[in-house]
Amino acid sequence: MAQHSLSDRVAIISMGCTRFAEHFDRSADELAVDAVVEAMDGADLTRDDIDAFWLGTYVSGISGMALARPLRLVGKPVTRVENMCATGSEALRAAVYAVASGAVDVAMAVGVEKLKDTGYAGLISPKIQDDGTRVNTSAPANFSLLVPAYRERYGVAPEEFRAAMTHVAAKNHANGALNPRAQFRRAVSKEAIERSPAVAGELGVMDCSGVADGAAAAIVTRAEDAHKYTGTPLYIKALALVTGDGSGAADPRYDYTSFPEVVDCARQAYAQAGITDPRRELALAEVHDCFTPTEIILMEDLGFAERGHAWRDLLDGVYDRDGELPVNPDGGLKSFGHPVGASGLRMIYECWLQLRGQAGARQVATAHRGLALTQNLGGAPGDCVCFISVVGSRPT
Amino acid sequence: MPPSSIQPSTAQAGRYLRTGIVGYHAYLPGYRLQRSEVAAAIGSSGRGVRCVAGYDEDSTTLGVAAALPAVRGREPAVGSVWFATTDPVYADKTNATAIHAALDLQPDIIAADLGASLRSGIVALLVAARDGGLAVLADRRGGPAGGADEREGADAAAAFLFGEEDPLARIICTASVTAEFIDRWRAPGAPDGAAWEERFGEQRYTELADQLLTRLAGSGSGSRSRSGSGSGIELGDIQRFAVAGSNARAVRSVASIVQKATGARLEGAGLADAIGNAGAAQAGLVLADLLDAASAGETLLLISLADGADALILQATEAIAAGRGEPLRAQFDRGVTIGYPQYLLWRERLAAERPRRPDPDRPSAPFAWRNRRYKLSMTGGRCGKCGAVQFPLPRVCYQCHAADDFEPVPASGQTGRIVTFTVDRLAYSPSPPLVSAIVAFTHGGRLQCELTDVCRPIKVGDEVVPTFRRGATVGGIRNYIWKARPVDPTTPDAAGRPGGEPES
Repeated sequence: MAQHSLSDRVAIISMGCTRFAEHFDRSADELAVDAVVEAMDGADLTRDDIDAFWLGTYVSGISGMALARPLRLVGKPVTRVENMCATGSEALRAAVYAVASGAVDVAMAVGVEKLKDTGYAGLISPKIQDDGTRVNTSAPANFSLLVPAYRERYGVAPEEFRAAMTHVAAKNHANGALNPRAQFRRAVSKEAIERSPAVAGELGVMDCSGVADGAAAAIVTRAEDAHKYTGTPLYIKALALVTGDGSGAADPRYDYTSFPEVVDCARQAYAQAGITDPRRELALAEVHDCFTPTEIILMEDLGFAERGHAWRDLLDGVYDRDGELPVNPDGGLKSFGHPVGASGLRMIYECWLQLRGQAGARQVATAHRGLALTQNLGGAPGDCVCFISVVGSRPT
Repeated sequence: MPPSSIQPSTAQAGRYLRTGIVGYHAYLPGYRLQRSEVAAAIGSSGRGVRCVAGYDEDSTTLGVAAALPAVRGREPAVGSVWFATTDPVYADKTNATAIHAALDLQPDIIAADLGASLRSGIVALLVAARDGGLAVLADRRGGPAGGADEREGADAAAAFLFGEEDPLARIICTASVTAEFIDRWRAPGAPDGAAWEERFGEQRYTELADQLLTRLAGSGSGSRSRSGSGSGIELGDIQRFAVAGSNARAVRSVASIVQKATGARLEGAGLADAIGNAGAAQAGLVLADLLDAASAGETLLLISLADGADALILQATEAIAAGRGEPLRAQFDRGVTIGYPQYLLWRERLAAERPRRPDPDRPSAPFAWRNRRYKLSMTGGRCGKCGAVQFPLPRVCYQCHAADDFEPVPASGQTGRIVTFTVDRLAYSPSPPLVSAIVAFTHGGRLQCELTDVCRPIKVGDEVVPTFRRGATVGGIRNYIWKARPVDPTTPDAAGRPGGEPES
């Protein structure tokens, strides 16, 4: 038994993405319709041309009817999927597998999330009925555990690590300032980042991604059919998913300086895509910067940096938009907020723009490399789900 | 009813021939409130401090905190559990069963509450003495804002395990008199009680104490002595004594009467001044103080004044020096002072601003029942194949993936070290911020748990011990959880072990 690469068998032929924002004037249904219509219009397709739909949503809908109802899809298979912060990417994975299997010709992945209807601060996760024994810590608290552990392991001075965290926030907000679809479109000074009110551990408000509403959609076909719809399709090179066994807290070998699920997932994705030196082969990476220390550690887990060196690389500008490997050139979760079901497809949307030379003011100079990576992380250190995709502008 | 018509009960000795106290511990929670600050709220004045429980402590958790060191290592020998408090968490449902579960005691013993009266404290001692039981006396006392009850009350607990094996103090005899009069009362469920003019109760209790001493003196010349040879207790044999009661004037007057009658040395004096009066637990505190002071061979008298008068006479044995744990008075100065507004919030006298986060859910009764060994006694499992310890006891080992081959391992009673930690200002907590840590235990196993009583900065590597606390109460169901608290480096008995050396 083994995993097999689907590289170059399926291609994205069109995408849509709403602005991510506090859409108090729009429902989840409306956001989904906006993204879907944009994607269909981009390839001159109607709903009848699409054979199957997958909807990724974390808390904003139950069952495929959450998409079938607003779109009035008649006689179609529509499925809702959920896998924490990888939810939107799961919709894409399902659509790609459906096409690759030969079961359908054209499939659509839609991700949507409506978070701003609750009135609560931060992300509210659905809870399974339990007995209240588990510590109910917030997401920023869970990820803040990384900071003292990493500093301790690699002997990084608190002010050095703080500077790297600040750089992540400043870099991503600077990128987001150039993105019309971002929730926050202003550069933020390092002083403002470091002065922001404390949330958890050493994380301030500006170390956390925002809370937003949004939707994104992608249409996929067999690679050989892609040119019927567009001259510039995006080829699926790798889709990898690793679901953690939740043993991090229990296992003394886990030291909160890494995400083992990401390391495993990256190994699988690079094998599928034939990547051996991601830092030099990738044109860009869209990674899960839910909190600033997360992005630092992801650089190491994804093989972009040596262990213990990511904080230094960040300060050296390696992952800036004009750096050696641009990371989150669209502004990341820091600028977009994190409408959970939509984020994975929003990342793919940036790859769609960048690799096809349509990213405008934030177009990366490395697009000629032709490969881009997206990565989602759901859960908490020691207990998480990781998704990685690699997409490319050229078949191998 | 005139005092002359009161029929004192017979002093009882025969049934206690071999029984005594084999372990005890008094627990003072870690917070202090300045009485002057409380009094100032109503334009009055006060001196000293009272002892205050943390926001996550209630009578049940205070009882567990006292009982854990008292029974550690002797769990199979506990013959019953008798719980006394005037501040029970539940009516209808027994509270002692949570203590029984937290201590992981044998299922085939009784665990019962003794009503919510002040007398229940001494009653727990007298009842537990009869069957090798565990008496758990715990209370949280308060009263109307700024007033004497709020200033002079205390939150505290004490636990005494009775048995026949190597007692620290043998029971010589007990005696009781009962009287019906109004001195202190409270409607069921009401937060605040009231008291009649103190002098009325003082008169009643001094009369009752006289009667009690008469009964005790009578037992000394009769055939009900411990030895059964007729050479039993004489009042003059008593070397140390202590008096507990909610009526401070009565306690002082009775102490003076007993001193005159016996010539014994008064212990437990000043406890109420130093930390406050702990209601139903007060008899336990003064008894702990009495035992802390006792030398081998000394005869000790405990008197409780509550709707009558009750006496317990003990004789300290050679085991007393080695068998006692951290003395009560060593805990006096360990408290952290909190402000009066903090106290009022913790006591839910004031409603705090709600965070913009969802309220906690009601704990599921079936879930909690299935999870009881982890939830209530913090028990996990050690894998029979690879030895990895994990909490809660799993079906499949995270390390070697062997299934259903685990030996139970309790974390309670172990020490742990902080692997990493965070201060969470977003999560729900009745007293934000919520501090949580990954804790690695001495005997293996790691888990994430909430920290409590964090009164100074903590760091990776700090030592912590598990502590049984209350979580949120939703729909009237009180959620109990194990947290961990930093070990005070000045505490000799930090892990709650009965006076032993720290485990390596």
